[in-house]
Amino acid sequence: MTAPTARRRRTDRWNADTVSQLVAAGVGAVSLTWVLSARVLPIGRVAEAALFGMVTFVVLYGVCVASSDSWFAARDRVAAALFTIAGLLLFAALVAVVSFTAVRGYQAVLHINFWTETTATTGPADPLTKGGVLAALVGTLEQVGIAALVSVPLGLATAVYLNEVGGRLARTVRTVIDAMSAVPGIVAGLFVFAVAVLTLGYSRSGLAAAIALAIEMLPVVTRTGEVVLRLVPEPLREAAYALGSTQWQTVRKVVLPTARTGLVTAVLLGVARVIGETAPVLLTSGFTAELNADPAHGPQVSLPLFIFTEVRFPLDHAISRAFGAALVLLTVVIVLFTAARLLGRKKLS
Amino acid sequence: MNEPALLAPVTPRTAVRPHLVADQVSAWFGDHQVLEDITLTVHNSTVTALIGPSGCGKSTFLRILNRMHEMVPGASLAGRVLLDGEDIYERRVRPTDVRRTVGMVFQKANPFPAMSIADNVVAGLLITGRKTADKDALIERSLRRAGLWKEVENRLRTPAGTLSGGQQQRLCIARALAVDPEVLLMDEPCSALDPTSTRRVEETISEISHEVSVVIVTHNMQQAARVSQRCAFFLAEDGEPGRIVEQGQTYGVFNSPTDPRTADYVAGRFG
Repeated sequence: MTAPTARRRRTDRWNADTVSQLVAAGVGAVSLTWVLSARVLPIGRVAEAALFGMVTFVVLYGVCVASSDSWFAARDRVAAALFTIAGLLLFAALVAVVSFTAVRGYQAVLHINFWTETTATTGPADPLTKGGVLAALVGTLEQVGIAALVSVPLGLATAVYLNEVGGRLARTVRTVIDAMSAVPGIVAGLFVFAVAVLTLGYSRSGLAAAIALAIEMLPVVTRTGEVVLRLVPEPLREAAYALGSTQWQTVRKVVLPTARTGLVTAVLLGVARVIGETAPVLLTSGFTAELNADPAHGPQVSLPLFIFTEVRFPLDHAISRAFGAALVLLTVVIVLFTAARLLGRKKLS
Repeated sequence: MNEPALLAPVTPRTAVRPHLVADQVSAWFGDHQVLEDITLTVHNSTVTALIGPSGCGKSTFLRILNRMHEMVPGASLAGRVLLDGEDIYERRVRPTDVRRTVGMVFQKANPFPAMSIADNVVAGLLITGRKTADKDALIERSLRRAGLWKEVENRLRTPAGTLSGGQQQRLCIARALAVDPEVLLMDEPCSALDPTSTRRVEETISEISHEVSVVIVTHNMQQAARVSQRCAFFLAEDGEPGRIVEQGQTYGVFNSPTDPRTADYVAGRFG
């Protein structure tokens, strides 16, 4: 039995010393920035002041730590502060994008007609109580859905080939896939336009757009999938072979289930790459304000294309509609990703 | 701790016959020869231990016995391996059939993390798509044979990763036994386990050896003496490929070795 008087010692980083160093540097940086920006230096804008403040903070923090601890500790803590600031900046950028879109777009989204109508009979100057993104929403879901149907099986199969089968040809395939991942969306769109529309004579359609998106999606799914499959430990494959399984059985029953969550990530990254694409859709499908649920025939609008079209009007309501559509696009992404994560979560029989 | 195998000769079992015979086996990785002229007989219902210092080709030899050797790129071999008189390297013999008959337990426990404990036991059936009349009975029987049933019977549906290292290794033994192999190859199955788990695994080996022929690679002399009836001493000298220096009854090899190198090794003077 331990003595009841045993006092637990604190081993964490935060104590009176470290907190006071942080507070001192923070107060110093804010004051100095205020004095200089308001009285001395010509830095009137917030962004410059914030940048100046951050640099001042890091310097003051280093001096504070160095004066009470050591130069060695100061170097360590300054590095930690820099990385923390970098992380916060990145997070702030994300929050800014989402909240800016939400603030500018929420008025449009609040109207029921925004979800149930199209802009077929609505002009750009019409109020927000008329028109909506239904056509674009249907188009995005269909185009991205078809693109995923094409590129996910193909991409995962290629990933399995690269990692599980391998051989000399695999290097060539890998090079081709890498080259494909460098192809800009507009080039993929031009390719499909040249082959399907100009050469083979098919009409511009959502399907053509979906194929352009699939071309863009394929390398992302393949390369991410390959990396994820490489993470499956070799002993698991050996165990499966030692039980008398064939290579296909090993891949199907051991490798793929083990890599499941990672493969979902591969698919999500592929979807994320194409769901905001505008140029290939504009080239291969073309804009229409009408609702066209048939991806095989005729132009079909998508959310990015809708945003692109609306935001070019110098009219408040059109721009509100564009931001509303952007908000819908963000929502679609969040819903899709959450659903995929739930489906991909490890389940035991 | 007394070690009965060192003190008294093991009484020979009845109806012992050659089960798995390696006949003049040599092996290479690329141009590098790692085994030369290995001839060894594994008798049925017997535990055969392969001992010797690291890098002498014991594990390679073990993997030759169930055609896992050829999975390594650049690996090749010469000689024959006869299972009940039939060469497993014949062109018409399928490696998957060999591996089903000659099971394997690896040095490091490797249960399938995406499967439950119960599914791991019958993984051999699940993966190869074979059916069994009573899966639950097979799971229980295999876990009992591996000495793990009592510890996991109430959590068969939990992931295999929740088990301790020693339990995971016994789960792998249960998994290997569930496909009903005739021979079980064990590659240092206790090297990552604590003494208690090691004892459990050794008890398991003794129990299953009545029905299954066991070949075990071990660096632990006491373990070889405790669990095996026969043993073979492998040695690779100065860049030479590995050869068998001496083989025979474990009692004989340990207590009256004919080769001075064997005597030095089992006495712990090198290796």
